[in-house]
Amino acid sequence: MNITKTLKIAAVALSGALFLAACDAPPPESVQRGPAGTGMVLIYNGDDLDNVVANNTVPEAPPQLPAGGPKASEIYQNVEVLGDLSIGQFTRLMTSITEWVSPEEGCNYCHVAEGFHLDTKYTKKVARVMLAMTQRANQDYGDHVGNAGVTCYTCHRGKNIPEYVWTTDPGGPHAAGITTAMQNIASEAAGNTSLPFDPFTPYFEQAQSIRVAGDTALPEGNNSSIKQTEWIYSLMMHFSDSLGVNCTHCHNTRAFSDWEQSSPERVKAWHGIQMVREMNTQFINRTTDWLPEHRKGPLGDPLKVNCGTCHQGAYQPLLGANMINDYPTLKTYNEATKAAYVDDAE
Amino acid sequence: MIEYQNIFTQVQVDAPDYPGVPIGRDEYNRVGGITHSWLAGKLGDAQIGPIYLGPFGVLSIIFGFMAFEIIGLNMWASVNWDPIEFIRQLPWLALEPPPPQYGLSIPPLNDGGWWLLAGFFLTASILLWWWRTFTLSQRLGMSNYLAWAFGAAIWLYLVLGFFRPILMGSWSEAVPFGLFPHLDWTAAFSLRYGNLFYNPFHMLSIAFLYGSAILFAMHGATILAVSRYGGDREIDQVTDIGTAGERSMLYWRWVMGFNASMESIHRWAWWFAVLTVITGGIGILLTGTVVENWYLWGVKHGIAPAYPAIEATPVMDPLMTEAQ
Repeated sequence: MNITKTLKIAAVALSGALFLAACDAPPPESVQRGPAGTGMVLIYNGDDLDNVVANNTVPEAPPQLPAGGPKASEIYQNVEVLGDLSIGQFTRLMTSITEWVSPEEGCNYCHVAEGFHLDTKYTKKVARVMLAMTQRANQDYGDHVGNAGVTCYTCHRGKNIPEYVWTTDPGGPHAAGITTAMQNIASEAAGNTSLPFDPFTPYFEQAQSIRVAGDTALPEGNNSSIKQTEWIYSLMMHFSDSLGVNCTHCHNTRAFSDWEQSSPERVKAWHGIQMVREMNTQFINRTTDWLPEHRKGPLGDPLKVNCGTCHQGAYQPLLGANMINDYPTLKTYNEATKAAYVDDAE
Repeated sequence: MIEYQNIFTQVQVDAPDYPGVPIGRDEYNRVGGITHSWLAGKLGDAQIGPIYLGPFGVLSIIFGFMAFEIIGLNMWASVNWDPIEFIRQLPWLALEPPPPQYGLSIPPLNDGGWWLLAGFFLTASILLWWWRTFTLSQRLGMSNYLAWAFGAAIWLYLVLGFFRPILMGSWSEAVPFGLFPHLDWTAAFSLRYGNLFYNPFHMLSIAFLYGSAILFAMHGATILAVSRYGGDREIDQVTDIGTAGERSMLYWRWVMGFNASMESIHRWAWWFAVLTVITGGIGILLTGTVVENWYLWGVKHGIAPAYPAIEATPVMDPLMTEAQ
């Protein structure tokens, strides 16, 4: 082999190495979770983590106001879910809600000048349902929301409509002669896979079974199909995508269905499914009759919540920051709310 | 023979037009003229044609085309005959088998019936092509290794789309026709039946698959390495071993203490390739029919070790804890 040939090969090898190096993403960070050998490793991308941190900051809370004094229901008319608050607490919460949900439109996003008590705008009626929903989550779904709790800001982040919401997806147009399989099209909800494109309606509105894998070594009558499994797979892609985590955040991938090998987060997620399902059916769907069309999906159902609505790419919404202690009035619901929403749910 | 000392083919195998040995009364089945291509000569023989088509070849191509059309048109219909979406979404599109409620009955055309029809035509096409591999070996006085090897692959294909769905009592268990969708199906199949990695026949199939690849590379490399001594005349070396065969065998004996013979290496390769799909087919056929959850089956038979729990307090199924 002569010297020119050697140089040529060296040049090709060098440029190839440089080309590949330039394409390479920064090395991901891996965190070992369980005992060695189980493959329980969480993988994080540094750039993604920076984005998550930047997008999950908590706004500063206004100073607390005294709980004493007259109640809101004694001063104002038509206060249903927040009537037990002191007038100071009530005003403070209203100011915060404006910052969280309609910072540009201000009070007029929900209220009309003729009288702040009037339910003229649908947004005011929605706000009432949303407040009851938030209080229900904080009081009764501690298994999911933990001590951090949820406020309007957890989802809204300064927007009228939270960034991540869903409606039942009938799919894109298809020829009239064929029956759609509700899958096999690039779907963002399913993590850009060809899996079923609406994993929300069956599990976050209806209560279809998520447990498809066999729990016995030999067949004993479990007739869940592979197609059903594809729907669950799609739902799990949504979990993963919404929380910015891989499967091993909850599961040991050698035996996805085995609880004893799973992490405690899987139990939290299980309670989250129950919570989200109740939020959609008991709270949000009650707005269907009077919600304007532009706040509904193509099939006329209201914009609903899923994991991403609160989590927004973080394993815990707002990275686990405790906001609820600054807004203790959102921690519990009153008797009227209990009668209107909770008794029915339970 | 310095031409061989290169990783790319250096020899143009070319000669005047040669139609091959006379085959008697069905001579007319050999159609198409003879052309010579320099590019084809870079890869193999420079002569292209004539091709032996025969009635089975013609039928096979027609049936294959029908399956291809049914699949393609169903995919196109699923994006409302939009040509741009058809191209853009092509890897995601599929023709799905019927939904589970139809069982093994014949579903309406628009709800899985087309899948059944495409499957029928594709299977007919493949079986006719198999018959062709068989009869062409006969015509040339060869034995039937090729036909049996192709038959092994057809076994896996039929298990996936025909035998297993029948045993499970539902066409919906079969694989969709589509690029990403058939991969999603594969992942879902493993998830539904408790992790295919604990299926011993899946283990065997993977071992034979990777084994086939490494045997292919080892054999090709060995023969090229001794071609300067005439090692490329492999069949001669089987019965009348020369220095090429001696050197290549000695090489592997030095490397790992044991070597194939000039004949047996081809049997190794054939069996590895054939067993990949035979064991794979057995593994698929047992899944759901005989075994429900391969991980639990592995625990039962001592092939899935237990590891310590992730947390000090083991996690419990919330449905069980709520019931308590």
